[in-house]
Amino acid sequence: MTARFTLNRRELLKTSAAGAALGLASAAFPISRAFAAAATVGFIYVGPKDDYGYNQAHAEGAAALKGIEGISIVEEENVPETVDVQKTMESMINLDGASLIFPTSFGYFDPHMLAMCTKFPDVQFRHCGGMWDKAKHPMNAGSYFGYIGMGQYLNGVVAGHTSKTKKLGFVAAKPIPQVLLNINSFLLGARSVDPTITCQVIFTGEWSLAVKEAEATNALVDQGADVISCHVDSPKVVVETTAGRGAFVCGYHANQSPLAPEKYLTGAEWNWAKVYKMFVDDLIAGTPLPNFTRGGLADGFVKMSPLGPAVGEPARKQFDATLAEMMNGGFAVIKGPLKSNKGAVVATASQAFPETAIELESMDYLVEGVVGSTA
Amino acid sequence: MDATEIGLWGVPLAVLGGAIRVSTPFIFVSLGEAITERSGRINLGLEGTLVFGAMTAYAVAVMTGSPWLGLIAAAFAGLCFGLFHGWICRFPKVNDIAVGIALMLFGSGLAFFFGKPFIKPKAPNLPAIPFGGWSDIPQVQAALDVNVLFLIGAVLSVILWWAFRNTRAGLIVRVVGDSSDAARAMGLNPDTVRLLATGVGGALAGIGGAYLSLYYPGSWTERISSGQGLMAVALVIFARWNPLGCFAAALLFGGAGALGPALQSVGVTQGYYMFYAAPYILTLIIMIATSSPTRTLAGAPGELSITK
Repeated sequence: MTARFTLNRRELLKTSAAGAALGLASAAFPISRAFAAAATVGFIYVGPKDDYGYNQAHAEGAAALKGIEGISIVEEENVPETVDVQKTMESMINLDGASLIFPTSFGYFDPHMLAMCTKFPDVQFRHCGGMWDKAKHPMNAGSYFGYIGMGQYLNGVVAGHTSKTKKLGFVAAKPIPQVLLNINSFLLGARSVDPTITCQVIFTGEWSLAVKEAEATNALVDQGADVISCHVDSPKVVVETTAGRGAFVCGYHANQSPLAPEKYLTGAEWNWAKVYKMFVDDLIAGTPLPNFTRGGLADGFVKMSPLGPAVGEPARKQFDATLAEMMNGGFAVIKGPLKSNKGAVVATASQAFPETAIELESMDYLVEGVVGSTA
Repeated sequence: MDATEIGLWGVPLAVLGGAIRVSTPFIFVSLGEAITERSGRINLGLEGTLVFGAMTAYAVAVMTGSPWLGLIAAAFAGLCFGLFHGWICRFPKVNDIAVGIALMLFGSGLAFFFGKPFIKPKAPNLPAIPFGGWSDIPQVQAALDVNVLFLIGAVLSVILWWAFRNTRAGLIVRVVGDSSDAARAMGLNPDTVRLLATGVGGALAGIGGAYLSLYYPGSWTERISSGQGLMAVALVIFARWNPLGCFAAALLFGGAGALGPALQSVGVTQGYYMFYAAPYILTLIIMIATSSPTRTLAGAPGELSITK
């Protein structure tokens, strides 16, 4: 009821006396899409929105909406994955009149966003990275994500050609499915060049811990890793520390090549502008928003940083060929026969999981060749 | 890139390197807090001072091209924060812990506000002195790249330890911290002494911040401190208000912070959350083992509001 009232109030303010009648009329419909043309969209970030990483990628996507007529944007950064995010969502709905909210961090989904979905059934919520399930979750909730594991596979291809020690390093935050898929893809990309390559992973335990990420990078280089990639919210520290130690680095989330122009090989980047425009177009047109949105390189959800100066000709060739294959669709990174690093079979010889395979979103293993543990 | 295999030797080496790299902000903040607390006041705001110092140092270094000017600016900003805390606490009935918490939030918030335009540009770093030249192993050389601030911090802790015992200034700070009445009887003004002690403490915390943004990890982001300022304040109690103890505790925490990543890098991958908690568990054990219900902590200044 609260949300519907807010929507009306905005209309009332806009159209004065005539608006009152209009507002009453709109209350008769569950959520009147005709009025959504003057909609407010809320974005919530877990960190600062210029972190050279995860949050910056989302904020750039949000910024791309600013020119669209009738759409206004509210943003809040540095919101912890606690009950704080519920308060942020409530204030966006009650005070700013938001009718569509994007809580962008993994930990916002359950229980925080789901609680708000029940409380405000007329507001649409779309979460980045969560697993929306029709059987379990409300219809005004949903999730979107990109198949960025493909980008990490391409990172791995370039890393495999560049590495001399045949040891790669990966600085990871938490062992959740998306992170594990990235680690596995990075190694499998490198193994497509040379099947003897191994990848050492270090989990820092948090999305953003500058000093620990620097320590992890130093420890990896000390152990002989000469190409490092990462999955943390802000890869800035990892990129700068790696380059400072003379090793090569593959980026993640956004383009970090300005931080290490000589040592940056390539990187897997998000292209959220495309995704957010898609949602907002639906909102303006009045069509129901999709609940489960996924896309990869071919859909423009994900893109690669331009190859750096240290990338050799054979690497460039295989990179282009693999990218072309991915653009055709059906490319599978996880395909049999494949074992986990604990010896369990994760794919039999006849099995292949293309990027769209839903099984990949509940990944709980590291593949053979990755040195590390999920707990 | 030399492909030298060092295997398990990487763990002690990483702990040594980590102790040198990570400990410096702990050293400066805890020495600063030791001076403040020895004068009988607690400044919990040093976390905010640390973050503001990191931002100031980075911003000034970007604009002037000189990391040393950045360092001086950070120390000056820290001094201002410390004096502000000391000035507010001069008023009667003001709780220094509450003021400290307010200043912690204020310092971080102000640093985020002014720091926005400086996240992207690259600042020149403070220089390191390579002490590892005797070794051919690149890992050893990297671990023994010692920043000048670490050396200054080490020397400073010895000087402070000596000064608290043997100089007039040191004795004045201690008498003010142990008994305001005795200090007044000697003709000292406790408020002025505490004001200056808090100011100096803030300046040292500012220098600690400059180390974070200008050397290691060496860039300005809003998450740069991740609570190190608060931990350093706790270290002072752990070190029993002794500057040499502060130095040792800072090394311990720095080294312990490097242990988790180093163990994972050699393949000890089970239970890394446990290794990350190691320094805190160690602190708890030492605190419990050395505390007693029948007396206050040994070495605690008598005027401190938490021990009174």
